[in-house]
Amino acid sequence: MSIKSPFARVGARFIANRIAMIALTVIIGFFIIALVCGVMDLLHIQWPHDPNATHLERKLFPPGPGHWLGTDNLGRDVLSRMLHGAYISLTVGFVAVGVALLIGIAVGACAGYLGGWVDNLLMRIVDAIICFPAFFLILSAVAMLGPNIWIIVIVIGLVSWTSTARLVRAEFLTLRETEYVRAARSLGQRPFTIILRHILPNAAAPIFVTAVLGIPDAIMTEAGLSFLSFGVPPPQATWGNIISDGKSYILDAWWLILFPGLAIFTICLAFYVVGEGLREASQTKS
Amino acid sequence: MTAFILRRLAISVVLLFFISIVAFLMMTLTPGSPYPWGDLNPKISPAIQDAFRKRFHLDQPLYKQYVLTMRDLFTGNLRSTKDDRPVLQKIAERLPATLKLNILALTLAFTFGILLGVFCTRHYGRAPDTLASLIAFVLIALPSFWISYLITIALVKGFAVPILGTQSYGVVFSNHFQKWLDTFWHLALPATVLSLNGIAVQSRFIRASMAETLKEDYIRTARAKGLPEDAVFYKHALRNSIRPMVTGLGYLLPALLGGSIIVETIFAYPGIGRLGYQAVLDRDYPTLVALNFITATLVLLGNLIADLLYAVVDPRVRLE
Repeated sequence: MSIKSPFARVGARFIANRIAMIALTVIIGFFIIALVCGVMDLLHIQWPHDPNATHLERKLFPPGPGHWLGTDNLGRDVLSRMLHGAYISLTVGFVAVGVALLIGIAVGACAGYLGGWVDNLLMRIVDAIICFPAFFLILSAVAMLGPNIWIIVIVIGLVSWTSTARLVRAEFLTLRETEYVRAARSLGQRPFTIILRHILPNAAAPIFVTAVLGIPDAIMTEAGLSFLSFGVPPPQATWGNIISDGKSYILDAWWLILFPGLAIFTICLAFYVVGEGLREASQTKS
Repeated sequence: MTAFILRRLAISVVLLFFISIVAFLMMTLTPGSPYPWGDLNPKISPAIQDAFRKRFHLDQPLYKQYVLTMRDLFTGNLRSTKDDRPVLQKIAERLPATLKLNILALTLAFTFGILLGVFCTRHYGRAPDTLASLIAFVLIALPSFWISYLITIALVKGFAVPILGTQSYGVVFSNHFQKWLDTFWHLALPATVLSLNGIAVQSRFIRASMAETLKEDYIRTARAKGLPEDAVFYKHALRNSIRPMVTGLGYLLPALLGGSIIVETIFAYPGIGRLGYQAVLDRDYPTLVALNFITATLVLLGNLIADLLYAVVDPRVRLE
């Protein structure tokens, strides 16, 4: 019998989870769509239509041949706009979580490893940030700094790192007392090396899970901002602003609401299911 | 216990002090002016602008502005730059509608969340659990604005359910029941949308908590002495799993008075969320500072209550 690495064991358990694998396939599918759209943009290929070209003679066409998902109030093709929206949503999800992870791990690691007054101070800062209503804070910041995809991404990241920091701190508190960390310390390794080489890899699983679960939250927040017209500015299409533009025609043009919402819903559901699958697979009990 | 409460209160006051500074700076340092008119409006003479600045202490240095803002907030004299009305009064006006909506939403969230969570645990690891868990994730993943519109399309178009605001405008009701029903329908849709996320979160919470409890020794003992599975499940396991939820009641305090910007906007519901949203749009700094400060106070108070409740329901917990 061969001995598997912890990583391989988690992987095997995850692959055995059929629903999680379906969800992972969905995510990869959205990824490919976003990538292809990005490449098409670079090459100036517009398929199936130009997402921003207005055709007033073709406005509010229901789904059908030519416009598979219909057209909006300016005659823009909804499918083309949604394909470009995929790129925005995934970018926002990943970059915002990346920002949150960087800050969260740094703060959590310092607090958990150093302890004492550093821990106390950092955790009180976390407490203070949690007191602000998150979406309200993001909305105020974006409203005042101006809508721009990078501002939105950074603001979402800056507001949502607190749970990661708490989690990392808790992991570090237990891991810093383990024998291998003590051994590393008695060998005279520097704290930075110990944190990076010995503790962080062992705390990777729960951090990775919160990261995966954070992506749909970020996507949803961006969609909500777009819906309130504080998201990525027009003419750039996002799933949120297609719905926002379509809400005035809600009783006549259901396709403007249904399809972009379905896209947000599908990708968020997929991320939640994958995150839960990873959490279950990484738990050490049988 | 008293020492614990006093220490926590002291920490909370210090935290609130810093939070108020951050909330104040965030509003005042950002570009743009709080004038309720355009900066270049030719009808507004410099004299009027000066009077406005003086009235809202905008002619003072920053630290003085902060002190004056906080003094006004505590004495109830803080006025909105938008309409010159006392901020606390504006918030108080929104309270009844907000409370009604949140109480209904939280009741729905807890009732169905606990039911779903118990159902999951009852069939732990089997197909019904997987299905119910999937439903929980579906509820979390539904964007609130999307589901609001889908419900609106289905119910308003199909069944003429009244929405928007708290009551149908300009309708004379023949009796109290009809009026009550009208108010109820105006509440029902936004409350349902608001509760979906809570249902999912509570059900996951109960599921995780019960899965842990079912591994305890006293559960094995109860089974070993021959108690029927239902009694073990509902009397021993469920009761002990509900305990952490009781402490969670403390966290309800901010949730009761919090507002949902998106849902309140869609249903034109006059709650705290819309007040905050409107204040952001109007750059109404005093209202924003007040809302942030009050929310932060409630969160801290809620956390304290949660910790105290934790010690009350579980005698093993000692507060230090």
